[in-house]
Amino acid sequence: MEDAKAAVIGSPRLTLGKNRKGIWKKVIRNWELYIFIAPAFFYFLIFSYGPMYGIQIAFKNFIPTKGVTGSPWVGFDHFQRFFDSYYFWDLIWNTLSISLYELAVGFPIPIILALAFNEVRNGFFKKLAQTVTYAPHFISVVVMAGMIITFLSPSTGMIVHLIEGLGFNAPAFLTDPRWFKTMYVFSGVWQSAGWGTIIYLAALSGVDPGLHEAAIIDGASRFQRIRHINIPTIVPTMTILLILNMGSLLGVGFEKILLLQNPLNMESSDVISTFVYRSGLVDAQYSFSTAIGLFNSVINAALLIVVNQIVRRTSENSLW
Amino acid sequence: MLSGVKETRGDKVFLICNYIYVFLAFLIVFYPLVYIVSASISDPKYVGSGEMWLWPKGITFDGYKRVFQTTSIWTGYGNTIVYTVVGTAINLVVTLPAAYALSRRDFVGRTFFTGMFMVTMFFGGGLVPTYLLIKKLGMINTMWAIVIPSAASIWNIIVSRTFFQSSIPSELQEAAQIDGCTNMRLFIKIILPLSMPIIAVMALFYGVGHWNGYFSALIYLNDADKYPLQLVLRQILVLQEMSAQGGGAMSAATAEAMNNKAEIAALVRYAVIIVATIPIIVIYPFFQRYFVQGVMIGSVKG
Repeated sequence: MEDAKAAVIGSPRLTLGKNRKGIWKKVIRNWELYIFIAPAFFYFLIFSYGPMYGIQIAFKNFIPTKGVTGSPWVGFDHFQRFFDSYYFWDLIWNTLSISLYELAVGFPIPIILALAFNEVRNGFFKKLAQTVTYAPHFISVVVMAGMIITFLSPSTGMIVHLIEGLGFNAPAFLTDPRWFKTMYVFSGVWQSAGWGTIIYLAALSGVDPGLHEAAIIDGASRFQRIRHINIPTIVPTMTILLILNMGSLLGVGFEKILLLQNPLNMESSDVISTFVYRSGLVDAQYSFSTAIGLFNSVINAALLIVVNQIVRRTSENSLW
Repeated sequence: MLSGVKETRGDKVFLICNYIYVFLAFLIVFYPLVYIVSASISDPKYVGSGEMWLWPKGITFDGYKRVFQTTSIWTGYGNTIVYTVVGTAINLVVTLPAAYALSRRDFVGRTFFTGMFMVTMFFGGGLVPTYLLIKKLGMINTMWAIVIPSAASIWNIIVSRTFFQSSIPSELQEAAQIDGCTNMRLFIKIILPLSMPIIAVMALFYGVGHWNGYFSALIYLNDADKYPLQLVLRQILVLQEMSAQGGGAMSAATAEAMNNKAEIAALVRYAVIIVATIPIIVIYPFFQRYFVQGVMIGSVKG
């Protein structure tokens, strides 16, 4: 009995020692794998963790000649200046409202489209529709912005003609601040809704056909089968994507906004990231801009963690 | 096999509505694409007035002629090709070996490396610290500022890792090691030849990213002769700096000439969209399968 106990207690230590030796053996045997990972390791170390080290200038008064480490500390001054500025709430509002607008419109559409694609039985039509709706994903953001500007330009744009053809008065899309967000969100849907279906279609292809057969025998209609078989299948995918989206609420696609911004629509198009770009790289207020950027990424990371926690409490589909 | 047995009226109505819905989605995406092609070879008079709405009207190739005469577009094209080829090559050299190492169960430290890489997905230094770093490294106004800071994407590393894990049997590696094959030989002679699909997917993902990128060029490049195509496009399409370049102009003047200039600029815009997007649109249908595959591998396990 005693012996057995000792053996039980002793055994983990024994295997631990053995494991440690085993680990070194593995490390040595697979030394080449460390060469394989080295480029990626140094890349992330220098180009991702390097800038993280540079974040300290958010709490300093960055002086180029003194460098990141040598510049004097100023504490939370830059943050204070940002929170007190008259544009603070405008920036937060624009960033959040564009993100939430985008989420409300752009999140459900690919799901509905994927469910619809899944019901199409005509192979040729399905393939054609998929190929065409995926295609805009590959249009560059610059060309996309150019298309938007051209199509919406007053008196000559295609969409303006379309609206006037229907007997309405077309608003000044490009210069009216009230239209900026709609223009941004719907052009995004046009460009990425098709591509967004792929991930859902992948999940839908995993549905057991037996479920549908059983449901048909029980007299379920097509709509009922979508509602009770297909939708539950894609819920995990939806949840993951939703969490990821929540984590970037303050990180709206800033490349496109920057291109579509003009002095006339600025009051609704200026978001945190474009402001960071302007104040940091155009006006060279390095420390101030870094502070705003840090504020932005801390909130993003916090949102991601909070949403993930909530999801983890309520279901099994959390990110980690 | 059961279809057709019990198609109720409700089901039929639903199915028809579904087809209409998909067709509408198709049309909404397709129409602007067709419109751009038609507008690029139509008389700008008809395009501007809205008379041209589907098929080209008053066919002219002046837009393309202008595009071919604009040297900045060709310099940009050349630069973009160089950045895309060099950038994608670097991407593959960094991504594939790292992904393979991370796919190996007997790789000590893979949780550490995975964790270290994953953090960058959710938190980063931000715009200005990155800019200062690139400046300090002396990369400003060189090609390296475009290709090196985007040398790898954690997302693509994970996708490749998943591919190696699920498609390469671990027995293969064990057998090779018993035969005394080194990891380097194993990777180059056995793993890579078996991984053509994922190499294609990665090359396409990264390549399209380089082809379409403009922002790093905007902040890091100063000389116009180093600009990639997208930055030149920005000047033409967004800033609309392309009035009547090389058109002589300024002679008889008057409103008509001005009007004409604006029309030509509009025509050029459509043509330039086509010229810039054609390489991707041409390869896209052939590689669609690979692109879709890439997204699907990624969705298996994030």
